[in-house]
Amino acid sequence: MFYVATGAVLAALMLAVIRAIRGPTVFDRVLASNTIGTLAILLLASYGFLTDRPEFLDIGLTYGLLNLIGTFAVLKFFRHGDLAHDIAEDQEKSRWK
Amino acid sequence: MEMIADAISWCLIVPGCFFLVTGALGLLRMPDVYTRMHAASVIETLGATLLVLGLIVQAGLTLVALKLVFVLALLFFFGPVASHALAQAALHADVKPVLAEDRRSRNLDSGPTGLAGSKEEPSP
Repeated sequence: MFYVATGAVLAALMLAVIRAIRGPTVFDRVLASNTIGTLAILLLASYGFLTDRPEFLDIGLTYGLLNLIGTFAVLKFFRHGDLAHDIAEDQEKSRWK
Repeated sequence: MEMIADAISWCLIVPGCFFLVTGALGLLRMPDVYTRMHAASVIETLGATLLVLGLIVQAGLTLVALKLVFVLALLFFFGPVASHALAQAALHADVKPVLAEDRRSRNLDSGPTGLAGSKEEPSP
């Protein structure tokens, strides 16, 4: 049963990697990396069940958290040009225009 | 009892895997970023949730099932947040969605509320 789960996750992972390589815009690559992160959690979970090693789930949880932070960092960099951009200052300028 | 748990988890894991693969295929075949995001969220919502539910049934009432519930909660909250941030960043970077016909141009003269409202503000 877990062979089916692991096989499907690996297949989806390969397709997501193909999209990451081929993606024309940077946002395709960010989307693909986000999907790869989710699939990595599922791969860890199903492989952990396959080999009766439940501690893989802790790695999966940590990786899920880190994946989101990484996606936000890349998006903020590509949206504002640099990571130190102050969003509050933007709202200050553009309020009650 | 074992048979029932196996049967239930089979019924959960196989559709979950089906949605995983179709979501990944959609990720490849969709024309632009926004529709690919739709396909990617199919993976995160349907595929991942069904698969993790199947694993929870297999794990039974143990600590592992609790961790799987945490994984479900994590995917539940992080999916929309990441998709929203990605869509806004892509829209801000002027990645044009592939539309059959661009209805946004009609909003330009209709008033500030439409998408055009955000365009008039001087971009930095």
